[in-house]
Amino acid sequence: MKKVVANASEAVKDIQDGMTLMLGGFGLCGIPENCITALVSLGVKNLTCISNNAGVDDFGIGLMLKGRQVKKMISSYVGENAEFERQLLSGELEVELLPQGTLAERCRAAGAGIPAFFTPAGYGTEVAEGKETREFDGKQYIMEKAFNSDYAIVKAWKGDTDGNLIFKATARNFNPMMAMAGKITIAEVEELVPAGELDPNFIHTPGIFINKIFQGVDYEKRIEQRTIR
Amino acid sequence: MLTKQQIAQRIARELKDGYYVNLGIGIPTLVANYVPEGINVTLQSENGLLGMGPFPTEEEIDADLINAGKQTVTTLPGSSFFDSATSFAMIRSGRVDLTVLGAMEVNDNGDIANWKIPGKMVKGMGGAMDLVASAKNIIVAMQHTNRDGESKLLQKLTLPVTGLGCVKKVVTDLCVMEVTERGFELKELAPGVTIEQVKTATEGRLIIEGEIPEILF
Repeated sequence: MKKVVANASEAVKDIQDGMTLMLGGFGLCGIPENCITALVSLGVKNLTCISNNAGVDDFGIGLMLKGRQVKKMISSYVGENAEFERQLLSGELEVELLPQGTLAERCRAAGAGIPAFFTPAGYGTEVAEGKETREFDGKQYIMEKAFNSDYAIVKAWKGDTDGNLIFKATARNFNPMMAMAGKITIAEVEELVPAGELDPNFIHTPGIFINKIFQGVDYEKRIEQRTIR
Repeated sequence: MLTKQQIAQRIARELKDGYYVNLGIGIPTLVANYVPEGINVTLQSENGLLGMGPFPTEEEIDADLINAGKQTVTTLPGSSFFDSATSFAMIRSGRVDLTVLGAMEVNDNGDIANWKIPGKMVKGMGGAMDLVASAKNIIVAMQHTNRDGESKLLQKLTLPVTGLGCVKKVVTDLCVMEVTERGFELKELAPGVTIEQVKTATEGRLIIEGEIPEILF
């Protein structure tokens, strides 16, 4: 199967209203910039987005929020974003907050064929409400289920035409688990090379998980907290 | 009374050679500036970095290399990168030796609240719930009272809980306390602070036994 597509617009063109999308990244680091721009142009609405954060007002998922494309966010930390706050308080936007490790593991489980797992995170808190709890060796855990998502959209540093991916530094974050978890996974990469050029020893995500891949353009890689010594 | 820097400096004395440490945002981040001489610790940043180095120089800035506070950072010899699932695998399986967190409230059972104020904008718990549910050793760094002068060391939390029975030690601007089965045990006093001041500022059960030494700097 040919996985390479020309650009972001072609990669996202079959995404429809009401779908659930996973979007990689931590803050603005390692987010699929090209696909987010293409989703804004596509104008799909009522999306459920699973992503650790919700971008900032004028970048990342914030751009999709501005266009009222998102019905629900599933995240661990939000609120670097005034438009997000406005929509949340007015009831236009639904938000489910989860512990970060639980968010990661629910992605991982989805990609690993595991329907649910038990974690201690959130036991005794609001997060546990409505969830099954169980004791193992004297400690309490809550059951969390694998996510179900139509598309996963990830960003890698390098990729090849077979879909193999290599991530860079902390831009890896949620991308590898999400890449495994989508019914369809789109990968945008900074550099796309012919199969055979990447050393198999250093592949982070094997190509079997990737359905569409393209080389992105004009990466802005915005920095949220520019700290120097 | 201790400044924020002095709270961090006091907590840094809890570090032991070879520790893997996760530092939260705020005062906890400052602990990295006071690692005692001769002690090597490895900082874990839950977004996927073990062996976090100092902030970069202007030339070293890399947008792909940040910490959990989204600040640009650097690596050190021996650093490694990993995905978020692996990061929380380290945390949940108890491999992080010490976690230092800020808090809005702690109660005398060691429960902590630090993620949500009902009625205000809720930003989320990030990695805090995973950390407090699993870390072996949790030290809280915070002011003893809130802006209205009310105690943050309580019998019962008033805010939504982040984790139950997890806090081992609290270092505030007034004192160092250990959380025991009987409540907050006063261990050390900040310079110039009296036991009476600590009593007044602590709503939770407080244990004072024997001579309480002053924290020396």
